[in-house]
Amino acid sequence: MSNLVALFLGLIFSVGLSVSGMVNPNKVIGFLDLFGNWDPDLIFVMGGAAGLNLILFRFILKRNNPLLGSSFHLPTASQVDKKLILGAILFGVGWGIGGICPGPGLANLFTLKAEPIVFVIFMVLGMLTFKFTSK
Amino acid sequence: MINALIGGAIIGLAASLLLLTLGRIFGITGIMSGMFSGFKKSNMWQYMIVVGLILGSAITSIFMPQFFQYEFKTSLPLMALAGFLVGYGTRLGSGCTSGHGVCGLPRLSIRSVVATMTFMISGIVTVFIMGRF
Repeated sequence: MSNLVALFLGLIFSVGLSVSGMVNPNKVIGFLDLFGNWDPDLIFVMGGAAGLNLILFRFILKRNNPLLGSSFHLPTASQVDKKLILGAILFGVGWGIGGICPGPGLANLFTLKAEPIVFVIFMVLGMLTFKFTSK
Repeated sequence: MINALIGGAIIGLAASLLLLTLGRIFGITGIMSGMFSGFKKSNMWQYMIVVGLILGSAITSIFMPQFFQYEFKTSLPLMALAGFLVGYGTRLGSGCTSGHGVCGLPRLSIRSVVATMTFMISGIVTVFIMGRF
């Protein structure tokens, strides 16, 4: 049951990425191009997503446990540290160069275009590099 | 703008429903990294989300092909660099646009607020510099 729900929610999330325009790298770069021909849409995507969650998360987290699990799995770290900042800087550089973040990278694979395929392969390599160098 | 809002709300809904049902944060890089520990019963949900992410857009394109009328303008070597930086950076920084932005901001997590502002600024600076070349 949990796996079917996960598959379904992955699908829904990907529909959202498609409709919002976030699968389109030119739209994302247009948003980041603050000093050029600026496209503000990403603000509305983030506002729609985070805004809805701001309301719904409150109600959900009042429960003692999730519907299909024994407990909520929430991040426990609370300190802003160098790793967080440096990681976010590196991510932002990659995001600015390619115009896609991880979700849109995966959502673009079905197009079989070379760019998202190369992006996702190297993204996985980057994740594995981190995994095997940070001990 | 209206598509952005509707699409954003769909993304938020999926994230809220994942929290409600499985009690998990919809952070895509966190979910992907969970797959590296191999095929297990405990991380099967992470594989399923990734499969869903790959298929959801494909299904959307059948009914609404207008959302996929674009070409990538970044060269393949630069896409490889972008992918590596995104993969390494999101693990080092514990999250990406979905984990820190879509899920962390509504939790009012200070780490996510700082991370989101940082990667937005870093992305803006990158696009500014790339535009000069």
